[in-house]
Amino acid sequence: MTVTVEKPPTARKRPAHRASRAGRPHAAWALPGVLFFTFFAVVPMALALYLSFTSWDGLGDPRPVGLDNWKKLLDDPRMTQSLWLTVVLTVASWAFQTVVALLLGVWAAGRQRNRAILSAVFFVPFLLSSTAIAILFYALLDPNFGIIQKDTLGSQSGAFLAIVFVGGWQFIPFHTLIYQGGARQIPDVLYQAAAIDGAGRYRQFFSITLPQLRHTITTSTVLMVVGSLTYFETVLILTKGGPGTDTAILPYLMYEAGFKTYDFGYASAIASFLVLAATGLSLVLVRLTGFGGMRSTREGM
Amino acid sequence: MSHDTLARPTKTDEPRRVRASAPRRRRHWTRRANPVAGLGAFVWLVIVLIPIYAMLSASLTSADKALTGNPLKPPTDPTLDNYNTVLTTGFGHLLSNTAIVAVSVVGIVLALSIPLAYVAVRTRDRWSNAAFRLFLLGVAIPAQAVVVPLYLLIAKLDLYDTLLAVILPTAAFAMPVSVLVLVGTLRDVSEDLYEAMALDGASPLRMLFQLTIPLAKGGISTVVIFSALQAWNGFLFPLIFTQSDEPRVLTLGLFNYVSQFGVNIPAVLASVVLSGIPIFAVYLVARRALVGGLMGVGGK
Repeated sequence: MTVTVEKPPTARKRPAHRASRAGRPHAAWALPGVLFFTFFAVVPMALALYLSFTSWDGLGDPRPVGLDNWKKLLDDPRMTQSLWLTVVLTVASWAFQTVVALLLGVWAAGRQRNRAILSAVFFVPFLLSSTAIAILFYALLDPNFGIIQKDTLGSQSGAFLAIVFVGGWQFIPFHTLIYQGGARQIPDVLYQAAAIDGAGRYRQFFSITLPQLRHTITTSTVLMVVGSLTYFETVLILTKGGPGTDTAILPYLMYEAGFKTYDFGYASAIASFLVLAATGLSLVLVRLTGFGGMRSTREGM
Repeated sequence: MSHDTLARPTKTDEPRRVRASAPRRRRHWTRRANPVAGLGAFVWLVIVLIPIYAMLSASLTSADKALTGNPLKPPTDPTLDNYNTVLTTGFGHLLSNTAIVAVSVVGIVLALSIPLAYVAVRTRDRWSNAAFRLFLLGVAIPAQAVVVPLYLLIAKLDLYDTLLAVILPTAAFAMPVSVLVLVGTLRDVSEDLYEAMALDGASPLRMLFQLTIPLAKGGISTVVIFSALQAWNGFLFPLIFTQSDEPRVLTLGLFNYVSQFGVNIPAVLASVVLSGIPIFAVYLVARRALVGGLMGVGGK
């Protein structure tokens, strides 16, 4: 009671309002983080778009050239090849990683003996950097030194498969974990009911587990699509885009245009195209899978 | 380290535990052995372990013998020469630079993300919602796509070829996921506790430090590990924003070893092993936080 008496008169005027707002931080607390992120991530995105309409060699100032870079982008046969490669690589990696990670994740969500210790070992590749992993496989695929005494990286299919495999080796642990989390949240009753109805394990997997995991599959797929851009390191170290230009995916092409030939305007056009494509693809995926609740999923991260 | 850390009951397991004495079975599909899945898991285990084994084995083989033998054979007379070579060629410098980057990135991310997530959860007005949405979109921005303009920004700020040129962008790109993880965690803090503290006249700042942060330890450790991992393993920003020996970090050092040691593959692999040891040590200590935090991604 004494507390109420001691409160300033303004507090009594709007008690309901005050109760709901009491102790809430001001929105301005978010400002430093927002400004920092805007400066180092959002502004560069806008800047990339601007630079794509300029010619710039990294020294001096960017010079506006209108649509030149974008025209070049459309006419460049390397770009067409690179785009196709990027798509094929993303799809192949997606198929490989999703199948393995889904099965491993569902398995790891169970309660088998030794499962915990195995899951811990499975996770180890994810801890190594892409750089370290690319170097490791570069050595293991060396024709003189390596496990397979053949010039794997010297052939187009070999180099391509190597990148898909190395990417999977590194990222499957991460996606396994996502699927493990998803599978753990499937209610037991569904399986109990199915078992009573006489559904076998495989029937249960296709009729319960898979449909129940659809949101998890979407999340994991979006992360894989955006993440396939990080294959840059793997490509740079493992194949340098080769043999020839056979594994020069878009991020690698951009790197070459910018930091090898100093055509930063063109590199920015490729980069802008990448952002547009990645964002567009994520949105399409989210729509196609009827998964409007993007927000709630993302909030769970 | 108990081997069943991963199997630790999650929240949903608790009631099941209580029921365990009842005759009712747990999940039908997990109780029985599943030989096919077990075999698949074993196959993947072999795929994971062979490269790691080959790396360890080769790193213990002397350079002249390495080219003649198959890396799958255990080394005949193991030697630590390769590790010696790596450690005497500036590895310590690379390690300390990387540690500086990782610690600074974690510090910046925490200092900026915690107030942000706190506002997003507690103050649901227009501005805090807008701030939160910015970071939702941020998850989709690939760092690859903005290196060119960032290079321009870094050059204009006169930061090129410094550790700050690596630290600042790395921290910015670690923020979206961190904010999302933290918002997810802070949301679980009960409103009643805030109201109780508000009745005591606590300021928002005091609530943050005495209530929110202590209760959000799980989410915070996930963020710490995740952003440290990103900083430790980052390659693109160091590659493009630095060039001299002074600010060189571990990943870039590894990349250079490949050309420096040339055919001395065992030395290169020894450097890869050494680069992985610190992060592996952290993993052993903090596995539960990392694994638990990431598992939530697919759960909702």
